[in-house]
Amino acid sequence: MNAVSLKGVSKQFNAGVTALDGIDLDVEPGEFVSLIGPSGCGKSTLLRIIGDLTKPTAGTVQVNGKPAERARRDHEYGIVFQDAVLYDWRTVAKNISLPLELLRWSRTRRNARVKDMMELVELTGFESHHPWQLSGGMQQRVSIARALSFSPTLLLMDEPFGALDEMTRERLNSELLRIWQETSSTVVFVTHSIPEAVFLSTRVVVMSARPGRVAGLVDVDLPQPRTSATREEPRFFELVTRVREQLAAAGAPLGETQEPALVEEPL
Amino acid sequence: MSTIVQPVPRSVGRQIGRTALDWIPAVAVFAIGIGAWQGIVVAFHIQEFLLPKPTAIGHAFWTQKSVLWSQGIYTFKEALGGYALGSGLGILVALLFAAWRPLAGAFMPYAVAANAIPIIAFAPIMNNWFGLLNPFSKMAIAGVLCFFPVMINTLRGLTSVHPSSIELMQSYAAGRLSVFRRVRIPNALPHIFTGLKVATVLSMIGAIVGEYFGGPIEALGVKILNDSSYGNFTDAWAGIVMASLLGIVFYAVVALAERLTTSWHPSARAFHTE
Amino acid sequence: MSAIAVEPSRRGIVGALPRAAARALLLPLGLAALWGLWEGYRWLGIRGHWTWPFKVNDTNMPHLSKIWHAFGQPLQPDGPPLRHYLWHYALFTGKEALAGFALGAVIGFLLAVVLAHSTLLRRGLLPYIVVSQTVPILAIAPMVVLGLGTKGVNPWVAVAVIAAYLTFFPVAINTLRGLHSPEPRALELMRSYAAGRWKILWRLRVPASLPYVFSALKISATASVIGAIIGETPASLQGGLGYAIVNFNQYYSTQPANLWATIIACALLGITFFLAVVLLERLVLKRAPEHVA
Repeated sequence: MNAVSLKGVSKQFNAGVTALDGIDLDVEPGEFVSLIGPSGCGKSTLLRIIGDLTKPTAGTVQVNGKPAERARRDHEYGIVFQDAVLYDWRTVAKNISLPLELLRWSRTRRNARVKDMMELVELTGFESHHPWQLSGGMQQRVSIARALSFSPTLLLMDEPFGALDEMTRERLNSELLRIWQETSSTVVFVTHSIPEAVFLSTRVVVMSARPGRVAGLVDVDLPQPRTSATREEPRFFELVTRVREQLAAAGAPLGETQEPALVEEPL
Repeated sequence: MSTIVQPVPRSVGRQIGRTALDWIPAVAVFAIGIGAWQGIVVAFHIQEFLLPKPTAIGHAFWTQKSVLWSQGIYTFKEALGGYALGSGLGILVALLFAAWRPLAGAFMPYAVAANAIPIIAFAPIMNNWFGLLNPFSKMAIAGVLCFFPVMINTLRGLTSVHPSSIELMQSYAAGRLSVFRRVRIPNALPHIFTGLKVATVLSMIGAIVGEYFGGPIEALGVKILNDSSYGNFTDAWAGIVMASLLGIVFYAVVALAERLTTSWHPSARAFHTE
Repeated sequence: MSAIAVEPSRRGIVGALPRAAARALLLPLGLAALWGLWEGYRWLGIRGHWTWPFKVNDTNMPHLSKIWHAFGQPLQPDGPPLRHYLWHYALFTGKEALAGFALGAVIGFLLAVVLAHSTLLRRGLLPYIVVSQTVPILAIAPMVVLGLGTKGVNPWVAVAVIAAYLTFFPVAINTLRGLHSPEPRALELMRSYAAGRWKILWRLRVPASLPYVFSALKISATASVIGAIIGETPASLQGGLGYAIVNFNQYYSTQPANLWATIIACALLGITFFLAVVLLERLVLKRAPEHVA
């Protein structure tokens, strides 16, 4: 049984724009799959279709062998957005336990799980802080802890580190890989960054824009566990080049695939 | 957005200052202001009915304090009743509108129009409807005045939720009620308080101006109007002082409630860190 | 296997209807609904002898058609109709409100500019400006009008002073916020051009404050009308809408429609002021309207 199974998924918006056209994709349990492509290729839309946050115009979506809506109702996946989407009125601990409250877990069980999750994302000691008291990277770790708190088998991530600076991003990449292996979950990861996609994934899905289609698949055979040394291996660069070439062949204008260089300088 | 007065944004509060030292200029201005007022009245022999001396107002306030207090409380009860009625209804209607958007779309243009009309002009109508001496006539006008700012601000708070906050709840398959309880209402709280603070002042104005159009002798507004029409301006000013004190206390209580319930808000940052 | 059906377009026929047409329909529709509610409640109330929350009868809820006719009825035999009086009352009150509005807006704006540049003055004065709005300012209206009146000041000027006071506060506070709204980087950019305080004020701070100023002016527009109407009431200042309210209120039990007509005139005056500011905003602010304050 596949973790995610997409068959002929298409999405048209009201204005007649075709965002996605005939996407077929299977993700096996335990895989780490990145979706990469130029802006407007519909990769975020595809992620939302898997999560049943938006409906496809045509095609079928299955998550863990269930229709997407059923899977959402059964809490089969956790999601992480680009902005952490933490609720200001809840402390860090309460943000993490939000899905547990909705699942009607008992208080003691919730507290125990929150403690575990705080350890997992290495934020112990920040339980009673409010989100705005944390840095961007810490907020995103809270968001990951929240997504994993109810042990879903699938993690959907929509450019989760897109707004962070390069150094924080690389550190969180390593942390995410550690968490992925510890929890043995499946990850579908949307990104703009080629090195990030290659470093994290077991498989990279290259998408083309207008309409969004799967332009190619790149299997990443870099050995696990991956460390900062992985980024310096020749094989890493080969794979980065392959993804870049596939993107170019898919018609992505150069430069558009890269994250816009908008790293905020602290004032 | 609101009638008559506007909320004081928290940023303004921050500009005023928060350490004891920062308040020195304010205290100085108060002393200089009162001193100058007294000095000018004395020096230029300004007739008492135009601008009484602060000391004279203070004296009048002190000698009539028990009467002023009971009149003040009478009027304050009217204001409070109207406040509870108008604000409560405002919040309820906003919840209804937020739950059923087409309704809001149809009614909002009228709410905006209603906000642009001098609602206080309805005070004499309320007096006629409910009776001059019936406190409910003042509560009614105070309530109508409170309704719009509270409703509009609450609705804004309930609907100005970041889309991904809602998407997150959808990913948990949370129901509408849960989204309201866990996202929309907490998100609206600061906005609701903005409306509630504006409404404190409006309810006092509604009660007092309602009394200007007629009311029982036990009411503060009637006393102020009678005193000024008989030329007892010092006594009238003493009444104003009482009304102001009640208004300030009312506002401060609501502001305190806000501080307590929305301490999580990022604008309360200064009180958390350091 | 779930075959997800083709999702129907969310915007059906409703979306196809031109929005402008829907809006144009809304006003008569709303007025009709209001008329229906009023007459319906009246009809039920009179039949059912409702006394709660108030007694429903011809005095408390006159037929809307009667209120409409009241505009055309002469006040005295052979005199001009009520609408003639109300028109002149509205002009009079409008003049007071406009004078107060202009005065209050100018003072509020200038004070904000001064406060924006002096921390000391801000700390000294801002608390009082803020506290002054927790005071029921309208309560002072009779004092100001009667007091200034006895000094031989033209009474309408005294009323304008009240309107000015009510206008002043929102403008001062919002302008101050607007002047402080530019980002630090925008200020640094101006400094990199070696722009002085004055240039920064006119090229950056004032333009940035305009949306804030207008959102305050919209509030103040109505506030100035309220100030003028309430200011007139104690002064027995003849010739304004406030006077008309007091006057017709005394005859409410016999001629309720006159008071209702006067209140409608007040409402129209308030809406006119509001719309005038909205129009001015459209003309001055060419950019997309922002939601501030």
